[in-house]
Amino acid sequence: MKSMKSRWASAIPLFVLIGLCVAIAVLDPKFLSLGNIGRIAAAASAPLVLALGATFIILMGSIDLSVEGAMAFAGAVLAAFVANASGTGFDIGLAAIPIALLAAAAFGCFIGMVHVYLKVPSFMASLGMGFVGIGIATVLLGGERVGILDQNVRALALTRVLGLPLSVYVSLFMLAVAWFIQDHTRIGRHIMALGGGEDLAAASGINVRRVRLLAFTIAGMFFGVGAVLTSARLGASSALLGSGQLFTAISAVVVGGTALTGGKGGVLQTVIGVLIVIVLNNGMIILGLPSFVQQGVLGLAIILAVLLNSSGRSLAIVK
Amino acid sequence: MLDLKEITKTFGRVRALKGVSITVDVGEVVGLVGENGAGKSTLMKVLNGIHQPDSGTVEINGKTETLRGPRDAAAKGIGMVFQEQSLIANISVAENIFIGNEAQFVRFGRIDWKAMGEAAKRQLDKVGLDVDPRTITSELSFMQRQMVELAKVLTLEEAVDGNLCILLDEPTSVLEQAEIDILFGVIRKLRERAGIIFISHRLDEVIEISDTIYVMKDGAVVERMMKADATPERIHHLMVGREATGSYYKQDERRPPAEAIALSVQNVSRALQFSEISFDVHDGEVLALVGTEGAGSEPLIRSFFGLERTHLGKIVYRGEDITNTSPGRAVAAGIGYVPRERKIEGIVEEMSVQENICLPLGGRLTRFGLFDFPAIARKTAGLIAKLRIKTPDGSTLCANLSGGNQQKVVLSKWYRTDARLFLLDHPTRGLDVGAKEDVYALIREMCAAGAAVVLIADTLEEALGLAHTVIVLKDGRQTARFDNTGPTPVTPLDLIAHMV
Repeated sequence: MKSMKSRWASAIPLFVLIGLCVAIAVLDPKFLSLGNIGRIAAAASAPLVLALGATFIILMGSIDLSVEGAMAFAGAVLAAFVANASGTGFDIGLAAIPIALLAAAAFGCFIGMVHVYLKVPSFMASLGMGFVGIGIATVLLGGERVGILDQNVRALALTRVLGLPLSVYVSLFMLAVAWFIQDHTRIGRHIMALGGGEDLAAASGINVRRVRLLAFTIAGMFFGVGAVLTSARLGASSALLGSGQLFTAISAVVVGGTALTGGKGGVLQTVIGVLIVIVLNNGMIILGLPSFVQQGVLGLAIILAVLLNSSGRSLAIVK
Repeated sequence: MLDLKEITKTFGRVRALKGVSITVDVGEVVGLVGENGAGKSTLMKVLNGIHQPDSGTVEINGKTETLRGPRDAAAKGIGMVFQEQSLIANISVAENIFIGNEAQFVRFGRIDWKAMGEAAKRQLDKVGLDVDPRTITSELSFMQRQMVELAKVLTLEEAVDGNLCILLDEPTSVLEQAEIDILFGVIRKLRERAGIIFISHRLDEVIEISDTIYVMKDGAVVERMMKADATPERIHHLMVGREATGSYYKQDERRPPAEAIALSVQNVSRALQFSEISFDVHDGEVLALVGTEGAGSEPLIRSFFGLERTHLGKIVYRGEDITNTSPGRAVAAGIGYVPRERKIEGIVEEMSVQENICLPLGGRLTRFGLFDFPAIARKTAGLIAKLRIKTPDGSTLCANLSGGNQQKVVLSKWYRTDARLFLLDHPTRGLDVGAKEDVYALIREMCAAGAAVVLIADTLEEALGLAHTVIVLKDGRQTARFDNTGPTPVTPLDLIAHMV
């Protein structure tokens, strides 16, 4: 009985997505054109990877607000190791990508250390470190927007296979990685367990600090991938690389049905969430709504999603 | 197999353990009893490696060991079934059983779910529980979860070479009799290679299952007795240090109520929860609401305090209409509410005893807008002594108190406000015998002082022992009203007839 009910509840975001697509398609059939669907897929690729990273943190019942800072940092590291417009980088070609990802993972790990060892709440540790990341990126890039000339990196956004840019395939690969981590590895299950009851997990002998540290590291790595995809699309790196991505990522996770209290939801829900957010944006553009209306609609959507997600639970007090 | 020698442990200024020595052999069930705050839980936490003793030694199979945490304790053969269930609700049964020990199922970083499921099934078979290990734990009943908990501890049988010591902390408190029988069967089978420590408030159960019984009081073992020498009366006497008197509910102190009506409930209804409830409570009267779980008494009592809205009808408190009031206005009017969820609604754990007691008083203890702490200390000291709240002093944090003493803080909080109507929702839940008696005495005193009491009792006996009037609810409707002061006593069977 109960499980049936909760199964229905977890399907709501899917119905919302379908309803949204139908509604927009009725208003403007252009929405369903192959070209537009391709555009949606391309637009969703970087946000999906970022939201997947954030999903792990939210599943623990924490929050990671470092998305934009981690992206700026990883983007700056990437720019420093490829052929760039300012001509100052050590050009090592594609090998720059793993270095940027490692840097992003280390950045996430550091946030985890601040959070776990200094006992700073996750939202504050990640928010603070996010600004540090933007600061470092500003210094590394000399406060400028530095063009990325490396054609192999740019190929991620420009080369198309079956009509879709490589970045779409990269994000699908990252989805598979995230799903594997969540459902088939110890760290993934322990993240879930922490969300269900951290005290209980600790009492069962789980090293809670290690799980938290690893989760932030994994999230950092995903943000790094997001940064690489975004840099490739923009053909440049700057401290503002991730501008606006934090809100998109967190709202996608929540709209998808992952509970902010942790323990409920997961990466597949996040896919739905990302699609809802991107389709909503795409649809509003197609319908010609001004951008400030789009922002407002997204803001309301996230609050609505939290409301839907918490209905049935009688939380008397919310902090 | 397990030998505890002179264990001591102090928290702040609370001496929780004052040199406790306990021996458990393989094949032996050791019963451990004591009032709340006697030190049982602390002792368990020492054995589980959560607390380190200040002095004393833990010997396992003849070797002195330091237990560094639950995992370390488990690796050395000590497993624990917690009083508060320790299963994580959002993951599967199999995962809960092997949480923290998944390494054996991991191949190249991937968990082999099939192997884990099969291994979990073998553990569940040990306790005779037939559920799919892939079931999400939140879908199990309480009893099933308790069995999974036991199955989880039994994984130690394979993981540890030597003998085991299994601690069961109040495993029966939520179980039905048939379920208890199953549990006892499992315990008896376990004795082949394990020593068992069994903690319970139900003394007859402890005597039934145990070979040896240790009685703890105030952080020390006051008596070790064999099963043959044990009787509930003797143990009870040792636990509380005084005789369990026949007048348990202090019925001789029950006085007839006054004429004045304190609370008048007139045809109140709330959709899906209760409907058309009417009764009056007089000054000095105890009115008990009884019914099965979900019959509506909890939301009803909460509605008098403004915590639930009513849709129809009227609630009048001393001539004033308080229908759909708010807790703030209810407190101001002189209504006190003792909630069932002590930890959630009753006390603020991070505040001191005296701050908790003074919470509802707010402005009345201030001078020039600032709290007058000396006055607060003076006023609360009397209450702490009167209710025998076991605390070093009024500035100790409530989090450091045992459950029974926390409940006394909740009660004294309203006592202090000179409330004239007390709403008590399971005031004795989870309390031991001694603490219960203190609560009963307090209820009598409230009535003697002219206050009215609406009570949801923990048991029917308790309701009948305390109340002047009993209202029976069934499916949200009032099915009977008993005057409990007449010449022929009302029996629990009379009540049950109207409950089901």
